[in-house]
Amino acid sequence: MNAVDPGLAKPVARLLSGNHACALGAVAAGCRFFAGYPITPSSEVAERLSRLLPPVDGVFVQMEDEIASMAAVIGASMGGVKAMTATSGPGFSLKQENLGYAAGAEIPCVIVNVMRGGPSTGMPTRPAQGDIMQTRWGSHGDYPIVVLAPASVREIYSETIRAFNLAEALRTPVVVLYDQAIAQLTETVEIDDDAVIERVDRKWASGPREHYLPYAAGDDGVPPMPRPGAGYRTHTTGLTHAESGFPSQKPEVVDRNQRRLLGKLDRNRALVDAFETLACDDADVLIVAIGISARSAKRAVALARERGVRAGLFRPITLWPFPEAALREAASRARAVLVPEMNAGQLRLEVERVVRATPVHGLNRYDGEPITPDAIAARAQELSKGTTK
Amino acid sequence: MLDTAADFDVREYLRLEMMPHFLCPGCGHGIALRALLWALDEIRIDKDRLAVVSGIGCAGRLSAYIDANTFHVTHGRPLAYATGLALARPDLHVVVISGDGDCLAIGGNHLIHACRRNLKLTCLMLNNEIYGMTGGQVSPTTSESMLTSTTPLGNAEPAFDACALATAAGAGFVGREVTHHVPKLKELIRRGLEHPGFAFIEVLSDCTEIFGRKNELGSSPEMILRQKSDIRPSAYRDTVDTPFRSTDLRTGVLATNERPEYGAAYRAAAAAAKAAAGKAGRR
Repeated sequence: MNAVDPGLAKPVARLLSGNHACALGAVAAGCRFFAGYPITPSSEVAERLSRLLPPVDGVFVQMEDEIASMAAVIGASMGGVKAMTATSGPGFSLKQENLGYAAGAEIPCVIVNVMRGGPSTGMPTRPAQGDIMQTRWGSHGDYPIVVLAPASVREIYSETIRAFNLAEALRTPVVVLYDQAIAQLTETVEIDDDAVIERVDRKWASGPREHYLPYAAGDDGVPPMPRPGAGYRTHTTGLTHAESGFPSQKPEVVDRNQRRLLGKLDRNRALVDAFETLACDDADVLIVAIGISARSAKRAVALARERGVRAGLFRPITLWPFPEAALREAASRARAVLVPEMNAGQLRLEVERVVRATPVHGLNRYDGEPITPDAIAARAQELSKGTTK
Repeated sequence: MLDTAADFDVREYLRLEMMPHFLCPGCGHGIALRALLWALDEIRIDKDRLAVVSGIGCAGRLSAYIDANTFHVTHGRPLAYATGLALARPDLHVVVISGDGDCLAIGGNHLIHACRRNLKLTCLMLNNEIYGMTGGQVSPTTSESMLTSTTPLGNAEPAFDACALATAAGAGFVGREVTHHVPKLKELIRRGLEHPGFAFIEVLSDCTEIFGRKNELGSSPEMILRQKSDIRPSAYRDTVDTPFRSTDLRTGVLATNERPEYGAAYRAAAAAAKAAAGKAGRR
């Protein structure tokens, strides 16, 4: 989706932090509005965008709190401008209220959540992966959401672009979820400023203004959006609503709209799904990991194989909706599944839900230190012995 | 000065298909809505360029009746949504409708900072002294000693003076009016709409069904008539009627200032930086 045209110019190698790459990706994707509130370890995204946005006629605003910055982002997007905010756990908790509004009223927006140790104020400068379930279930009620989990600085750049494209295509909030380790890691990244980047814009309402139904959708389940000023003069609300946009509590009306809303991502799974597999074909032990833990796992696969253990890696890049079918396929030949993650076992819950036939083991760390490749390789070796006996 | 409504047809600005409205008989919010639409008519608003953002509560439901781009958002947050919308779309005229609970309790922080930021927005806070939608709980503007569903012994907290708060926080235009004086209310709202920066207007409205009944304040006409004796129009400040008007609740335009409007200042700074970068690039 975020195809870079190789013919145009030679990419320039740049030394970037994850948060810097995120800011560059946002601008490349067409983001022209950012509202945020200072919070470690995501503040660099805001700081970069406060400089990057004005030259491209964009707007940066630091709001009075996390709630207001989420609200302002949705407000800007309701006006038709691509908008983003960035935060970390405590701020992400505060954003849930308005995130639910964006999901229900179908306002495209991107929320960057840089995970740090929790709960509460936790470990502001230390990495964690404790928000995996919150990104999916953090706001009240049933709602669709897309969560992307990049594992490198380069991928933060490209996934931020993809986040905007998915938000626009599906009229949904998209969370870019990564951890402090990658956010503040500095890596050499090849980014070509002159490359043509594929940008997706939301479908805009066109046609007659009379009797216009703003929430009437076609086969893809995604209604076109009326642009303020284009003459549609529609109503947007967080109340359950009819296709007209006006509030309704009629069971059949609510049911119809909720079914479309909740089915929207399933109808577009080909667009949404993304994952990486490494050496899964003959793996006895399948490792499932995201973010910084997946980087350790990648190295662990090599270490394990040096020791004669057939290990493989399945890495969800789109974390939610969870890549069930692909994981089931990858795990079909494994004798054990290992889920290393920097929390008490959140991803493992989902893997267990999907992989029923194979035992799923956790490798958990929540002390602010990343899980090492050695630790993962050693556990994979143990599991391999246990299962190949 | 005070126009008649002769050439103003409210139906031009209403979504008539949404009628009948859901307000209780006697509720002052309808009067406030009419005054707003009258003021919008006077400034010859282009309905396609009008955006109305409202919060949650009785006041929040009013946006659905206005034939414009309307956004009914989360509780207490309409100013924050409106800030994003107005910054992203300076071509839109953004009006916020909020209530006393929405604006001063759950949304208090947004109000303070909207006043301070001075982005061009017109904020109408309809003050009926109560959380009406949820059944009549005490609000930040409930008068002392009043009975509500959560102050069975009488309200022990003092009422918030929203206009004093907005003035202290730096709002460019602050005013208060009662629903009793519709042409004056329209006039105040019109001036707020024309103000280049942030305008805060408190409308003293009456909640007859839920607040009035509980406190035996009489019928809606009686509640509205009482507004007349309960206020001191700002023009009366030093007149000899002071002994006869015990209240100090002032109405009219209460504060103005000419601080730069935030959006225009931001865009000017960005343009200047761009021009400077362009010059540096040519060197």
